Amino acid sequence: MKLLDSTDSGNSSSIERTQYPYVTGTSVIGIKYKDGILMAADMGASYGSTLRYKSVERVKPVGKHSLIGASGEISDFQEILRSLDELILYDNMWDDGNSLGPKEVHNYLTRMMYNRRNKFDPLWNSLVLGGVKNGQKYLGMVSMIGVHFEDNHVATGFGNHLARPILRDEWHENLTFEDGVKLLEKCMRVLLYRDRSAVNKLQIAKITEEGVTVSQPYALKTFWNFNAFQNPTVGAEGSW
Amino acid sequence: MDPSVGDLNSPHSMGTTIIGVTYNGGVVLGADSRTSTGVYVANRASDKITQLTDNVYVCRSGSAADSQIVSDYVRYFLHQHTIQLGEPATVKVAANLVRLLSYNNKSMLQTGLIIGGWDKYEGGKIYGVPLGGTILEQPFAIGGSGSTYLYGFFDQEWKEGMTKDEAEKLVVKAVSLAIARDGASGGVVRTVIINSDGVTRNFYPGDSLPLWHEELEPQNSLLDILSSSSSEPMVS
Repeated sequence: MKLLDSTDSGNSSSIERTQYPYVTGTSVIGIKYKDGILMAADMGASYGSTLRYKSVERVKPVGKHSLIGASGEISDFQEILRSLDELILYDNMWDDGNSLGPKEVHNYLTRMMYNRRNKFDPLWNSLVLGGVKNGQKYLGMVSMIGVHFEDNHVATGFGNHLARPILRDEWHENLTFEDGVKLLEKCMRVLLYRDRSAVNKLQIAKITEEGVTVSQPYALKTFWNFNAFQNPTVGAEGSW
Repeated sequence: MDPSVGDLNSPHSMGTTIIGVTYNGGVVLGADSRTSTGVYVANRASDKITQLTDNVYVCRSGSAADSQIVSDYVRYFLHQHTIQLGEPATVKVAANLVRLLSYNNKSMLQTGLIIGGWDKYEGGKIYGVPLGGTILEQPFAIGGSGSTYLYGFFDQEWKEGMTKDEAEKLVVKAVSLAIARDGASGGVVRTVIINSDGVTRNFYPGDSLPLWHEELEPQNSLLDILSSSSSEPMVS
């Protein structure tokens, strides 16, 4: 039910300008591994500089074959989830034995994001879409302006700057589940140290041919016992 | 990947303190009563907890006009929905109607809302719908400009499974603390308790609230202090 939708055609009070985000999620990281895809995101949603919500699920299953992770405006992500729900519903209603795979869902998302961008009314998200269908692993990303691509490892936001260098160095084909989780946790820990909007409560989701599992929320240990941290300003009082 | 548009770090802060808390059996909604236009207090005894149905109420913050029109539309739609459904609307439906209006008109509205109520399917529930139209079901929610002073308080004091009295005391204490520090919040504390037995409205006038740091017991006049005191209240 669309009530007074500002993107309706013919509604002369709709304002054609880019919005700004209010409640936002930070990085999502995704990697391919031996059996499928692993995706990690923390459970934080910030309101400007306040870490306002700390139990928001930013990784969700889509149909039988895909996982979506989102950063950016949470209300727009919730709307995307509703559209995807409708997409999967219609797909199931065909009842023809076929089901939308991750490649198709990624394409649908790309079209949705790019068309909104062209109207100067973007969905303010960066999305990671991963999945497995008929043994084929798929991992892709779509940004709020419709830039889309696939890769063996993807990340959004800060994750691009902090996590991808680690992944470029340490990712390899056929990672085991354990190695994949350790790699993701290494990246998430760096993000926790260095991303102001990160919170220490995360979920890791995996998708394989068998299906989707999303872990329970958990927190990472952090390390502060370096000698250099003990007395950093000795000999240089006033510095930091 | 993510184009930046100026300073994304400071959303508009809103006059008011609003709170919604679940307890074992229902919900308690609370709010201050100050409506300000700039620095002038236009209404010092407003009622920011508005009824949507018999069993669902909403706490309003942000633009008074926007929050009022949203509640009016939601009340209207819920009324029709209740007739069609044949039984009381659920809190979830009410909250989602609020979300639809907030989300689909996000460029024009500036209001943060907390929806709370009781229905026979899910019991007491609180939903937050902040700026932008995100919907989040929470065990408790705080909103408005005064809420910035309450994050630490709730981190410490919140516990699951409180009784009705514990929950109400917590809400009154919290609103009162926010009023002490937020210029845009003030007046009286109003609470609304919703459970299977129905709805109870309470009113806590400013002079019944506890005193916090650097606040003094109100007096009728200096003259009373002078006449009662034996020490030297007037120091030259």
